Amino acid sequence: MSKTTLTRRGVLRTGAVAGAGVALPTIFTASSARAFTNEPTGGSVTLGFNVPQTGPYADEGADELRAYELAVEHLNGGGDGGMMQTFSSKALEGSGILGKKVEYVTGDTQTKSDAARASAKSMIEKDGAIMITGGSSSGVAVAVQGLCQEAGVIFMAGLTHSNDTTGKDKKANGFRHFFNAYMSGAALAPVLAKAYGEDRKAYHLTADYTWGWTQEESIKAATEALGWETVEAVKTPLAQTDFSSYIAPVLNSGADVLVLNHYGGNMVNSLTNAVQFGLREKQANGKNFEIVVPLFSRLMARGAGENIKGILGSTNWHWSLQDEGTKAFVKSFGTKYGFPPSQAAHTCYVQTLLYADAVQRAGSFDPCAVAEALEGYEFDGLGNGPTLYRAEDHQCFKDVLVVRGKENPTSEFDLLEVVEITPRGQVEYAPDHPMFAGGALGSCNPGV
Amino acid sequence: MFGLGKRDLTLFLIVAVMALFAPFILNPFPTDSGMAQFNAGYPDLMQRFVIFGILAIGFNILFGLTGYLSFGHAAFLGVGSYAAVWMFKLLSMNVIPAILLSMIVSGLFAVVIGYVSLRRSGIYFSILTLAFAQMSYNLAYSVLTPITNGETGLQITLDDPRILGVSATADGGIPVTNLFGLEMRSFETLNIGPWAFQFSVGYYVAAVIMLISFYIAIRIFRSPFGMMLRAIKSNQNRLYYTGLNARPYTLAAFVISGMYAGLAGGLLACMDPLAGAERMQWTASGEVVLMTILGGAGTLIGPVLGAGFIKYFENIFSKINDQVVHGWVSFLPDGLEDLVVALIHPFVGKGWHLTLGLMFMLIVIFLPGGLVEGGQRISRRLRRKPAEDDAKSASTEPAE
Repeated sequence: MSKTTLTRRGVLRTGAVAGAGVALPTIFTASSARAFTNEPTGGSVTLGFNVPQTGPYADEGADELRAYELAVEHLNGGGDGGMMQTFSSKALEGSGILGKKVEYVTGDTQTKSDAARASAKSMIEKDGAIMITGGSSSGVAVAVQGLCQEAGVIFMAGLTHSNDTTGKDKKANGFRHFFNAYMSGAALAPVLAKAYGEDRKAYHLTADYTWGWTQEESIKAATEALGWETVEAVKTPLAQTDFSSYIAPVLNSGADVLVLNHYGGNMVNSLTNAVQFGLREKQANGKNFEIVVPLFSRLMARGAGENIKGILGSTNWHWSLQDEGTKAFVKSFGTKYGFPPSQAAHTCYVQTLLYADAVQRAGSFDPCAVAEALEGYEFDGLGNGPTLYRAEDHQCFKDVLVVRGKENPTSEFDLLEVVEITPRGQVEYAPDHPMFAGGALGSCNPGV
Repeated sequence: MFGLGKRDLTLFLIVAVMALFAPFILNPFPTDSGMAQFNAGYPDLMQRFVIFGILAIGFNILFGLTGYLSFGHAAFLGVGSYAAVWMFKLLSMNVIPAILLSMIVSGLFAVVIGYVSLRRSGIYFSILTLAFAQMSYNLAYSVLTPITNGETGLQITLDDPRILGVSATADGGIPVTNLFGLEMRSFETLNIGPWAFQFSVGYYVAAVIMLISFYIAIRIFRSPFGMMLRAIKSNQNRLYYTGLNARPYTLAAFVISGMYAGLAGGLLACMDPLAGAERMQWTASGEVVLMTILGGAGTLIGPVLGAGFIKYFENIFSKINDQVVHGWVSFLPDGLEDLVVALIHPFVGKGWHLTLGLMFMLIVIFLPGGLVEGGQRISRRLRRKPAEDDAKSASTEPAE
């Protein structure tokens, strides 16, 4: 009996040593440009779409998935081609990527870092995904971006608005097309000053996690630069559903503007509570009381219903824009699904095209070659006007939309009107801006 | 052998062989076949099987033996993860110090929580542990952000000190977790015909630790100490009347169980150096309870099976989307195909919770002893004789 046990251990030990021996040479080959994780060998290439299908951001996730499916259809030459026709780069021909048919796998992030990483890992290890994209929460995006950096695949971030994604948590293998909290602040503040005056007192309610903090910091900095005063900033738990106890003190605080740094269901609830308390009819300091929601989405506007009317906020993109790219995308999305896409769907669709285009231009799926093709890349025709993928932090720079809840919506999708398109120059910042400092891209990792 | 009885030794050897050959056992389908979707033999999931197996084994020492239902075991898992990641940040990327610290910290944590919670039993104990876990979760989420990095989760970065290691590798990347140079993430692929089997270093390290934990659990189950714990489960008052103080025994069981959870948390961080607050959420604690009950509370192998069962659903069923289902039934005529897809749709992909819930209900209703009872019924039917000695380990006493 003891003999067999010894053999088992022996086998185990030999196996481990042999594994180490075989793994050792790969450390030296890692730097060669030829080998990289999940190099597609057959006639197809697999992309991993990792979106929240359950949990608080499931609505956004479902819309993202629709956009991904549409993008894959267009890349493989199906449908009407969507934004591929308006895209300034003509590298994509509708024959897949580098002639390989695009296939995809999907996963559920559950809006939890752990689950998201498990799902992304299985895509990389089991399904051989060469690129991971998705995410509807900054925490998840940062976690998955870190994983992709370690595993040696490209991560194309979906909806993530925190400064940290391309700030202190930026990674060489990660890229973000979506705008960020700093840009929201920079775009929104001048419009707020114009609409509500320059001597306002603001009260912040902030979702108590990274995204909320960076947004509060950004909005505070931008509005205070214009003469506003911040009376108080209160953190609210992310799981909170009733904000009455947080709204009541606002009335007696001497503030005349309420800034809601909330997203998704949080924002719907806090705004509804604020309106129920009659904040919008109140007068404070001789001025009308106002509510501001710095990050808007159409899905949130629909949840908040009547309460959203006249409220100012910022957004990455809106389907009612009149440029060619937007029109083409809205048309093909609408034809396929019967309703216009959300900003989450837009950014995910664009990210997929941008990745495919970068591979096509680089002539290789090698993550380092793809990263090089994306860095400092200028493009147009994807719905946001001329856009730059900055090399220093892998953040896209483009115009930001300031929107207002529409007073007389014509349909259940026509809820926001664009107040101003803030030009790109106004929302740009240095890569070492204090709100983004503290991280490093590191070097690109092609994996094994 | 090893101080184990014949039955226990057989069980241990079966588990050892299964753990050793898991890459083969879990990959029954050829890589390019349609059924490859159901393969579970890739490193990440195999690691999860054994790590959550450890967690469930530890939980079972408390719940299965003393009957104390802790609803806060995820707190120890989370604390272990944080401790391990901090070790990676400050000391070195070697997994040994990380695992040791995660066990020590979670052990201390368990002493504090156990000392307070064990003053009550039954439902009050469950609620107290639940409260502590939820408190830890909320602290990690907001107040303790400097230590836990809040919602984003604690990650290793390029500018961590790592006194005994390097902050960054020569080519500017973050170093990877290793066991004296043996990288956890490295794996070898063995191609046999259309099959591809992956052997991951991380998996085998976790599997060896799982076997050690399993062995210790067997010894605890068969020891006088284990007998004492069973006595607490069957009648605590009688123990007190005979002049025995049960509290030190329950506290010891609680701490051991907490250290098992801390070990699992530390191992999770070793395989993937990230610690998030949601690891401590009450749903995570509930998951451990489900694993143990699903597999068979009070049995040795049950919790491991339950852990595998739940992780399999979470990782495999959640990835079956409509496109995949269409692929399976494409041989049907169009209208019928859409109908079948529509019928399957609610149960796969984002509906994996529903499927898992239904399975859980079926098992609890028809197999109160969990998967182990199912296995015993099958073997009994095959052997056509009532097994009398199995009944002891599979006693199906309800949770207190």
